[in-house]
Amino acid sequence: MTDQRTIAVTVNGVRHDLEVETRLTLADCLRHQIGLTGTHVGCEHGVCGACTVLVDGQAVRSCLMLAVQSDGAMITTVEGMAGEDGSLHPLQQAFHENHGLQCGFCTPGVLMTLMEYLQHNPAPTEAEVREALSGNLCRCTGYQGIVAAALDAAGHMRQDRSPDRVQGNKVSGS
Amino acid sequence: MTARLFEPRYGRLEDLALLTGKGRYVDDIHLPGMLEVAFVRSPHGHATFSSIDTSAALALPGVHAVYTYADVVRTLTSDHIPPDQVVDSFPATTWPYILPADEVCFVGEAVAAVVAESRYIAEDAAALVVVDYEPLPAVPNCRAAAEAGSPTVHRHAVDNIVTRFTVDYGDVEMAFADAQHVFGFSLKQHRGGAHSIEGRGVVANYDPHAHQLTIWTSTQTAHKSRDAAVELFDMDESRVRVIVPDVGGGFGGKNTVYPEEVMTNMASRLLGRPVKWIEDRREHFLAAVQERDQEWDVEVAADGDGRIQGVRGTIYHDQGAYTLLGLHVPHNAAIAVPGPYHVPNYCVDVVVTETNKVGTIPVRGAGYPEGNFTIERILDRIARELGLDRAEVRRRNLIPGSAIPYEMPMKTREGTPMIYESGDFTHCFETALEASGHAGFAERQAAARAEGRFIGIGVANMVKVTGRGPFETATVRVGRSGKVVVYTSAMAMGQGTKTGLAQICAEQLGIEPNLITVVTVDTASSPIGIGAYGSRNTVNAGNSVHLAAGQVRDKAIRVAAHTFGVDADAIEIGGGEARLKDDPSKSLSFKDIAKALGAAKGLPIPKDMDIGFEATARFRPPDVTYSNATHVVEVEVDPEIGAVTLLRYVVVNDSGVLINPTLVEGQLQGGVAHGIGNALYEWMGYDENAQPVITNFAEYLLPSSTAVPNIEITHVETPSTLNPLGVKGAGESGVIAVAGAVVSAVENALEPFGVWISEAPIAPARIVELIEEAKTDG
Repeated sequence: MTDQRTIAVTVNGVRHDLEVETRLTLADCLRHQIGLTGTHVGCEHGVCGACTVLVDGQAVRSCLMLAVQSDGAMITTVEGMAGEDGSLHPLQQAFHENHGLQCGFCTPGVLMTLMEYLQHNPAPTEAEVREALSGNLCRCTGYQGIVAAALDAAGHMRQDRSPDRVQGNKVSGS
Repeated sequence: MTARLFEPRYGRLEDLALLTGKGRYVDDIHLPGMLEVAFVRSPHGHATFSSIDTSAALALPGVHAVYTYADVVRTLTSDHIPPDQVVDSFPATTWPYILPADEVCFVGEAVAAVVAESRYIAEDAAALVVVDYEPLPAVPNCRAAAEAGSPTVHRHAVDNIVTRFTVDYGDVEMAFADAQHVFGFSLKQHRGGAHSIEGRGVVANYDPHAHQLTIWTSTQTAHKSRDAAVELFDMDESRVRVIVPDVGGGFGGKNTVYPEEVMTNMASRLLGRPVKWIEDRREHFLAAVQERDQEWDVEVAADGDGRIQGVRGTIYHDQGAYTLLGLHVPHNAAIAVPGPYHVPNYCVDVVVTETNKVGTIPVRGAGYPEGNFTIERILDRIARELGLDRAEVRRRNLIPGSAIPYEMPMKTREGTPMIYESGDFTHCFETALEASGHAGFAERQAAARAEGRFIGIGVANMVKVTGRGPFETATVRVGRSGKVVVYTSAMAMGQGTKTGLAQICAEQLGIEPNLITVVTVDTASSPIGIGAYGSRNTVNAGNSVHLAAGQVRDKAIRVAAHTFGVDADAIEIGGGEARLKDDPSKSLSFKDIAKALGAAKGLPIPKDMDIGFEATARFRPPDVTYSNATHVVEVEVDPEIGAVTLLRYVVVNDSGVLINPTLVEGQLQGGVAHGIGNALYEWMGYDENAQPVITNFAEYLLPSSTAVPNIEITHVETPSTLNPLGVKGAGESGVIAVAGAVVSAVENALEPFGVWISEAPIAPARIVELIEEAKTDG
């Protein structure tokens, strides 16, 4: 029952060499072994999407993946989104400006889903965003602010990618 | 709050931490030496047991303890959860145990708590606990539960009736005797869960050296948690501190003290170590409260114009296996029927029955969705039978704006007169019809039908009691740092409470909201308070902050006036200082004032002024407020597969003065989404043995981003006359009218098939069945 393995994972650019139980989920490993509690667990059966993280760039439900399966992987969690200077990622900024969150519990998973999705589809329609988010459950918002934030962020990210624009994100209290 | 100093749509102060993974929810708390709990839960709807064999579990490495009923009685002052209010006339068996002695009454009822080094080990051990259950007949349905000869939910109970009561006024018998038309039918509303994405959870840390129990709990009612611990552990209030960390949603599911919390506290008390329990989703399905489980038989008497003359009927309310929170839901359901409509004669008998299912207490809406669904079905029935337009029937029955304030011929739950003190139902209704293009719908519908598409429209009106007292506490304090801190008993669980309260404080003190720190519940700093439910935070806590901040402002002005030897009206406040209006160079910063009022030597203060640059207020609303709304929804139904698509959703809502319209819109959008779940998706199935057949999110359909349309909101702001801010509350306003409106729209879309819908939720398979049944009947 206490079958252990040694793994090495890189989370938000930091390498972690860990002794983990083979049955430990990636979500529990991130939260309780590495101490990155920004990733949340909402259903433990892969439906709600709150635990979504990026594993080698792909959005993954960390409650359905074992930590040992992530050996050698590059993982991004919500803690890895903002710049080193604390500047918010355009998605984070857009969620703030569009009332894209209430209790904030589903938010990290929603952000991670969109991180991957907007890479593949930088100019989505509202219907496409809704489809992309259909695997992330939110009980607070009715999704309206989330969808608005995603579309807003996509617009900013397209602009930021254009070569004549210097990247820089503002943080504001209001 | 007329002339505002700061932008009403102020950005949320909560967001930065929550967006960067720095929120601190209960499961994020990790204390050295912390153990974790898993529960052994009943697999039976009803069974007795005589022994619990814990030996194999205790033998597992990493297991520290397994607690059962015997441990509860040797440790705690009672084997029951301290009840909200004891009603002597209720059967003694209705009050919930912490752990049961020898009988389980619903699937998921905890019988033992396993404490181990990790949750993984605790769950391993829980699977090794052997309970010798003897199954008994279970009672799955509230109507059947009320029948003579039904098996009983508790084996020592006489029957399954918790209580019966009647809500009535006027002369309903006369109304029916004289009526031109009488229509009768039955309705069902099935239960669903609260399903905050963060489940319940608690971390308890008993420090044996200090004899202090600190509890971090994801709750809507921290003070109830504190009081339960005080009572059960026989400790005084100085020894028990409840801190509520970030809460990942509540919706009613965290509005009571549960056995799991008591057992986690008890484990920490006995082991002298921190102990954590985090609910998983399956546990939420099995053991967290639910609501909406009612069956109704109703009759309406109407005149030839479709005006209601009387309503009568019977409600069978499913209380679940235990009474966790009195009669809030059945009582609200019964008084919510007339709502914004003029129902001159009314008589409803309410039968509150137990079943072998988890208990029901308010889940967002608290009985109002059930009552509203009933009256909206009644109005649709009248329109259908008399061949009238459904909106026109509503118009004819609405209480007109000119009649407000309007005293309903009923009492509130407190027994006070029920007075709609402000608002304008007809104005909201007409505004919503206009906004939704209701007048042109018949044409759109005809065009769609010509293309073989079935679209429909539904309209519903609601009014909801909000802002129920008795109070919440707010202390506004400026310390030597010069920083303003609001300490409040208001509970935050995602509504943006901190932002809204900071905004209210900021308006009084003239400083930016983001410079104000709001500390929501910690019983050490806010020892007296009630909780977040019933759309009551802004009315109770908001006005308390308003009053306390106003007193702090007055203190600042008086200290400055005293210092500069001028009258108070020569002083203005702003930018964190009090200064002479005519000579702004003469000023005292909040830091200076805090120092003076902190009794620093040599600084003058008025002799009659209380020490401390602070004030505490507990606003006591003289009566409840009422928010109201009209919802219009347009749907398309695919009759082949029963799929319902919401094409448009319009809400005209009056929650009084809006502190922050963006936050209110968030509440309304989320509330409507919850209502869409109640109307179309959320069905908590049980089989004939009261065994839940749905225990995960793959089977239980929480509305997703593709199911919920954008909600088009128009605010009407009729100030409440009952509190200084004129606010009414909005937390539940979105949810109440949804099922009535959506079901009406679906039925309207299916008009060519002649379908009548008498239940919610109405799932696709059921829609197809109803179409088939209507074909057969026709």
